[in-house]
Amino acid sequence: MPPTAQAQQQEATWAQLMRAAQGGDKRGYEQLLREIAPFVRSLARRYCRNSTLAEDVVQDVLLCVHRIRHTWDPSRPFCPWLAAITARRGIDRIRRDSRINRHEISDEDAYETFSAPTANYESGAVRAAEEIGPLLSALPDRQRAALEAIKLRGLSLAQAAAESGQSVAALKVNVHRAVKSLRRLLRTD
Amino acid sequence: MLDTNSLISSLGGELTPAAPLRPPLRRALLWLMLVGVVAALAVTHFARLEIFMRRMEAPRVALENLSALLTGVVSITAAFYLSLPDRSALWRYAPLPPLLLWVACSGLGCLQNGSGMGPAGARLGESPHCFEFILIISIPLGILLFAVLRRARPLAPLPVALCGALGVGALAAFVLQFFHPFEVTVVDLALHALAVAVTVGLAALVRVRALASV
Repeated sequence: MPPTAQAQQQEATWAQLMRAAQGGDKRGYEQLLREIAPFVRSLARRYCRNSTLAEDVVQDVLLCVHRIRHTWDPSRPFCPWLAAITARRGIDRIRRDSRINRHEISDEDAYETFSAPTANYESGAVRAAEEIGPLLSALPDRQRAALEAIKLRGLSLAQAAAESGQSVAALKVNVHRAVKSLRRLLRTD
Repeated sequence: MLDTNSLISSLGGELTPAAPLRPPLRRALLWLMLVGVVAALAVTHFARLEIFMRRMEAPRVALENLSALLTGVVSITAAFYLSLPDRSALWRYAPLPPLLLWVACSGLGCLQNGSGMGPAGARLGESPHCFEFILIISIPLGILLFAVLRRARPLAPLPVALCGALGVGALAAFVLQFFHPFEVTVVDLALHALAVAVTVGLAALVRVRALASV
């Protein structure tokens, strides 16, 4: 069958199915949607080379056909109506993606937000925590205890003094000495 | 997101009958007839028709008023056509010829009548009322028009809104002529144009919500 006659046959079939759908024929409507999907897909690929985005456009068009099926005039051809909806949806998709790309960038690393340290191994904070651990262990006990209580656990001087048995003055001196020791250790590393 | 086959099954399952809309020309004419009847009743009861008819004896005035009416009718018809996906996008340009004729005739009138600041400067006091009149008529007409255009759920609401708003603004300006017992001056024209522009601007701002696009 020559293409023009094929296209005419297709137009006639789809128009008949659409008339039935406007009358409430569910089976005919479903058949119509399945038959027009490849046609819409081929048009959508003119606007979206990416097959996933093209499929989004196809689904957009099918939803649109469903919502405005009452605007098709049965005395007029069906394919131009469908093609116009597809073109409109394709253009809208291009514009939407363009707007999004103007304001957002894709960052694969940002997707990794798990709390487990191994998932964030590339994160600088985790590396810093792993490096400082051995250095803390190298400090004298009273300096390490004072630093952990005041700076890492956030206790007040009074709370840390009560817990450790050191006086407030001794805590202050030990924190100061611990920080100096860490700086020295980090410089020599 | 659903895959396409599941979507199709879902849409098929929820199908209900949907009667097709009447052709756009018929819908436009019905709307215009309804508005025309109401306007005719108002004009018959409240306007000074003898003054209007006297003014219409001047060819320029007659052409100006007719081009305002034509701008309104063509713009509203264009809005109905543009609300459908498979109608020509060239309809958006259809109001241009009568609009240009209307502006040209009004402009010629201004050249003849001046700014209205001279001996007939008292007329300047009426221009703000013209602005209010056009807006007071345009806004409810616009709401009524958009309520009808919404049924088509236009995919591109902006040209529909712009043509519709231009149409109601032009019709309001035409109806104004029945209550406007003096010649249009520069100030009048500027305020008429501003009123129509405000109507069109408002329509552009609310187009999505007003026309409920898909």
